[in-house]
Amino acid sequence: MEKQRLKLKVNGQEHELYINPKTLLVEVIRDHLGLTGTKRGCDTVSCGACTVMIDDMAVKSCAVLAVQAEGRHVRTAEGLEKNGKLAPIQKAFLDQGSYQCGFCTPGMLMSCEALLEENPAPSPEEIREGIEGNICRCTGYNSIVRAMGAVAKGNYREE
Amino acid sequence: MKKYSVINTHVHNVDGIAKVTGRAIYTFDVKLPGMLYGKILRSPHPHAKILDIDYGKALDLPGVIGVVTGKDTLGVKQGIWRRYQDLCDEQILPVDKVRYIGEPVAAVAAMTEEIAEQALDLIDVQYEVLPAVYEPLDAIKKEAPEIHEGFERNINVTRHIEWGDVEGAFDEAEYIREDWFKCGGQAHMCMETRAAVSSYTPDGKLTVYHSSQSPYYMRGLLAGVLGLKESSIRVISHYVGGGFGGKFELDGAIFCSAVLSMKLCRPVKIVFTREEDFIATKRRTPMSYYVRTGVKKDGTFCAREAKVFTNGGAYTGMGATALYLTGFFHSFPYRWKGYRYDGYRVYTNTLPSTSMRGFGAPQAMWCSEQQIEWIAADLGLDSIEMRRKNAHYSGYEVPDQASIASCGIDQCFDVVQKWIKEKGKLPENRAIGLSAAGFMSGGIFNWFDSPYSFSSAVVTINYDGTVELHVGAQDIGQGSNTTLAIICAEALGVKIEDIKVHSGDTDHCPADLGAWGSRQTLMAGNAVKMAAEDAKKQLLEVAYAQSGFNIVYDLDIKNRWVHALARPERGYDYAELVKKAIRGKDGQRIVGRGYYTPHRKGMISPAYSYMMQAVEVEIDKDTGKIKLIDSLTAHDCGQPINHLGLIGQLEGAFSMAAGYGYLEYMPYEDGKLMNPNLVDYKVMRATEMPEVPVAEIDTYEPEGPYGAKEAGEGLTNPTAAAIGNAIFHALGVQMKECPIKPEMIVNALNEKEAKEKEGKE
Repeated sequence: MEKQRLKLKVNGQEHELYINPKTLLVEVIRDHLGLTGTKRGCDTVSCGACTVMIDDMAVKSCAVLAVQAEGRHVRTAEGLEKNGKLAPIQKAFLDQGSYQCGFCTPGMLMSCEALLEENPAPSPEEIREGIEGNICRCTGYNSIVRAMGAVAKGNYREE
Repeated sequence: MKKYSVINTHVHNVDGIAKVTGRAIYTFDVKLPGMLYGKILRSPHPHAKILDIDYGKALDLPGVIGVVTGKDTLGVKQGIWRRYQDLCDEQILPVDKVRYIGEPVAAVAAMTEEIAEQALDLIDVQYEVLPAVYEPLDAIKKEAPEIHEGFERNINVTRHIEWGDVEGAFDEAEYIREDWFKCGGQAHMCMETRAAVSSYTPDGKLTVYHSSQSPYYMRGLLAGVLGLKESSIRVISHYVGGGFGGKFELDGAIFCSAVLSMKLCRPVKIVFTREEDFIATKRRTPMSYYVRTGVKKDGTFCAREAKVFTNGGAYTGMGATALYLTGFFHSFPYRWKGYRYDGYRVYTNTLPSTSMRGFGAPQAMWCSEQQIEWIAADLGLDSIEMRRKNAHYSGYEVPDQASIASCGIDQCFDVVQKWIKEKGKLPENRAIGLSAAGFMSGGIFNWFDSPYSFSSAVVTINYDGTVELHVGAQDIGQGSNTTLAIICAEALGVKIEDIKVHSGDTDHCPADLGAWGSRQTLMAGNAVKMAAEDAKKQLLEVAYAQSGFNIVYDLDIKNRWVHALARPERGYDYAELVKKAIRGKDGQRIVGRGYYTPHRKGMISPAYSYMMQAVEVEIDKDTGKIKLIDSLTAHDCGQPINHLGLIGQLEGAFSMAAGYGYLEYMPYEDGKLMNPNLVDYKVMRATEMPEVPVAEIDTYEPEGPYGAKEAGEGLTNPTAAAIGNAIFHALGVQMKECPIKPEMIVNALNEKEAKEKEGKE
């Protein structure tokens, strides 16, 4: 298949790539751009380890072709911090111990961030529904729910 | 409780920033210059002779660099039970025959993963298909096909545990109950699938990045199968995406990548797909349990005997240990006058079974704790009080097996009783189920035949007072690096941020058996404490020399403050002392060494944790659907060290154990796993997880560092049985098979109704 030019904005940075049009977004992020924070844990769009944000929506990046993200803004876990300053959800994950092996964490963070941007004060039930697509084999999720709750409560709001 | 400066305080994981920013590099992420990608061709047959492998066409495919088969290996039959040659039974690329569907037969290295995948289709393997057998009770029949030569009736290992006068104790019993149970397998389902990058260089050195629970074991095992010296191999496992008992044996990824790399002298990366991770690694051991228990009418336990047949699958792996531990923990946490266990591990043509979090004990508790609940109901006794009457206590000796120095099970019962009382009356179709359990804090087993201490640590103090802590213990997400940093900081008298932990690298870290059997907090913790105390002693010698205090005064360091214990306000900065001490040593950094190997602690473990799990469950009678509403975990882990880590371990163990109870099935048909993907294999999701409040029971374990013992694994043991017991109390049906599927509940209810009808007629 002939390669195709793709202009893609990732974490605020414009990239120009030549790719096989059937390349998945997760492959472009990991293999072409070297942003290995985003993981893959299955081949069936089930685990959520590859979750990124496209504009303001959480998307499993193994379920979209990279070309479908053309002209959109893709955000990954690496894009959450600003000049080394962590985002509220990252700080809350640290405080609550919301990760163990850490393999699901980048995807989980993006599901959390998308939910918080859409609904800044989600209930525990809404949080659980918001991260239902992300498997965490280590934590049992409750520490993640607590972290989200702490952010929703404004514990990490800056004056 | 003692007052500590760092222990049991709120501490962020030492690798937290790396993990919440996407900076942590897993084996899955490793990319080396000139790296090739490997793929494995797997057997479609459960049992077959390999007659011929022709990979000429595969080699002709542009982009394919090399292919290996069993003929490219030394043909070593390997296993983690190195001391016992007959239990080393697995050639990862077999030379003559395959024994389960998914077993590797050849591996390809190519420029891309895609090309490697295409090449697999071009390899022609001639098989002679053999008759196969899948269930242990079929495999022990005389006419069953022979899976391994020399194992009569396919019996791989047997284990016998016995104490007391079992027959006499049964004679004393006034009520005897016997039941057959079945427990399924379970996939470790680590988020990072098995992955390895091997790089062999012309100087004869092999470097392997591997998602591993024990780099030390990997180095030893690889040396054995590759014919290399241990010291020629470096295993690196900086970040590991989960282990749960499934990543401390050689796997296809590490072996095949190493063999390819040695043949081609190029780095080769192999990452399993999720399907490969399901069908071609190992799993929790499925078991069939017969349990006969005799008690007095007042609930005093007399005797128990158990016979267990386990589905060992095609190879031994860690299954022999699981066979022993299931039999031992089946007696827990109770005192039996007479106890007898006979376990038979049977080879079948299915995925090999091995260790998985709980190590045989979840299966044991599934049977034991449900039967105990039924006995209490049969006799009209309060099940908690009956458990209490027979429970272990501090100072109890399990005859010929173990001495229990600390035991908080009695307090667990109190906490759970109070919780149930506060709950009051529950809505219809809801009930609370309970289950008690105990677990080990590391095993006193050396089937690996390690000549080294079980755990070792080195503390090096820099000129600025910061500390390099080198441990062989492996962090697989359970937070051991943080726990060990806490112990080091506490023992040395510095702050957690002063400690830099180095782990997961066999070239730079001391040998240590690694992360399995809940051993690291106690064993590596003791080694770290000893190393830190050694370094501290060297510092305090300098402090004494220049203090001018009467020698009866004790000096100490706490929170970086050097002081006399009697006059804590008069002291000085620890960094000053370090500078002097290093100068006094002719410029050498201060180095402390520590190690731990259990001695005189019985046959199984140096210490035991205790726990009780309570679960409130709602069941839809029409569909059989289970919903977990609430829970309480009462847990005795001795002195908690890493508070956040402890809570995380208990909540995580609950979710994995609940999954074993009612979600995670591994159905096989003719040796083929029917749900090798995350659509059909269900694990707990956030919406299914109830709150899991934890009641920490305060005990002190003399053998553990600062009184600590196991916390990461034991809670996998009681939970499935607690769910079963809740169903028993809600619906009056006894679930004898786990995981509990909805249709099993509906069928049991129908049967119960039919019986009741029959009784009326």
